[in-house]
Amino acid sequence: MGMNLKNATFEGWRRENGRMGVRNHVVILPLDDLSNAACEAVAHNIKGALAIPHAYGRLQFGADLDLHFRTLIGTGSNPNVAGVIVIGIEPQWTGRVVEGIAKTGKPVEGFAIEQNGDINTIANASRAAYKMVKHASRLKKTRAPISELWVSTKCGESDTTSGLASCPTVGNSFDKLWENGNTLVFGETTELTGGEHLVAERCKTPEIRDQFQAMFDRYQRVIEANKTSDLSDSQPTKGNIEGGLTTIEEKALGNIQKIGKKCTVDGVLDKAEEPTHSGLWFMDSSSAAAEMVTLCAASGFAVHTFPTGQGNVIGNPILPVIKLTANPRTQRTMSEHIDVDVTGLLQKRMNMDDAGEALLDCIVRTADGELTAAELLGHREFSLTRLYESA
Amino acid sequence: MTVHFCVHDEGDSVGVVVVEGIKAGQTLNGWIMDQDRMIEFPAKSDIPIGHKVAIKAIANGDTIIKYGVDIGRAVADIGAGEHLHVHNVKTKRW
Repeated sequence: MGMNLKNATFEGWRRENGRMGVRNHVVILPLDDLSNAACEAVAHNIKGALAIPHAYGRLQFGADLDLHFRTLIGTGSNPNVAGVIVIGIEPQWTGRVVEGIAKTGKPVEGFAIEQNGDINTIANASRAAYKMVKHASRLKKTRAPISELWVSTKCGESDTTSGLASCPTVGNSFDKLWENGNTLVFGETTELTGGEHLVAERCKTPEIRDQFQAMFDRYQRVIEANKTSDLSDSQPTKGNIEGGLTTIEEKALGNIQKIGKKCTVDGVLDKAEEPTHSGLWFMDSSSAAAEMVTLCAASGFAVHTFPTGQGNVIGNPILPVIKLTANPRTQRTMSEHIDVDVTGLLQKRMNMDDAGEALLDCIVRTADGELTAAELLGHREFSLTRLYESA
Repeated sequence: MTVHFCVHDEGDSVGVVVVEGIKAGQTLNGWIMDQDRMIEFPAKSDIPIGHKVAIKAIANGDTIIKYGVDIGRAVADIGAGEHLHVHNVKTKRW
């Protein structure tokens, strides 16, 4: 049996640039930490508007600043977002984010606090948000083939059941989506340590393999330069160790199960970079859950699959995060966080194809509008990756 | 029949306990997944869910194999059926 992906469709919003979104958010996006209060006030005033506060945006420079802009512009440009209000302390960098998002053709307006104050800014931005939410609420959903769905993956609070069952479940569904022509991404550069040769072997061309290896080696140099021990205090994490994972190599081999058995790695991305064609992409990224999922959203992904062992509770403001677990204790104690229960895999009550189909079914239902556990519980973790200290 | 532990590949040194409450002395049913074969094995330690059981005798310094791949080295002798984790296995990286 199983879903016929070629004929299956989902219902979402066709954006001005042609991309299909599965949510219809109006985002109130701060340029910087100073503008969080105004953004939250606007989102409080106008129901249906969503503020995404964060901690950064001042005195960054060079590649770190480029990444800040790329992440904010990418978040606003994501097809799950119908329109964006950007608020910043001053107009110039605010305008840079507005211009970046405007390239998608979607409604976007910027407001600056200096020479206005919070109260006038909040009033002006609230009036704009009022119109934007009204506009978004009028947009009609349309049907599109499943191949137009961009699906990302990253696992978290992993344990040994992740590598046995929940990560291979994602791998099974990724193999099917990849053959269907979907756009897919995985990352977590240091969490490939011990299995990096297996990812390298999966790269489609020698050029992609070299690019992957260069990204992997660069990240290893960061670890080598900054570590104070063998990193066993943070990789594996305390939660991983509680769950039975002993070494980074073991964790990595479980992690890699997410890319299935058939997919080739068809390209590499820098952080928050947008894919330029379909296939499976590797994104050079942190393995910290909120950072990685934030980067997936900024790269334009519309649905995220998140295997967990010990029970990571993460969500994202604009990217629905689907959680699956194979750990029966986690399913018993934290079921409100789990969308797809694959515990049956470890007792032979379910085979890997059944599990992959159950996940695909959940991906399509989520794309059609069904809320995920993380959305229902209000998880909106938005965590910007920093490359180095501010000036 | 309850599966008490899973082994990725028949060449592996370890299995993963997939039920809660395993006690020393208990006979465990193990499922070798890649070859789809069942084995029986006595536990020599109490082993929490998700933690590993050595399925062969391992000497201090030996490489630990899981998924058919090197996942680290033993830093103590580990008997078959014993709990294998951070107290007796370390990374070879970093």
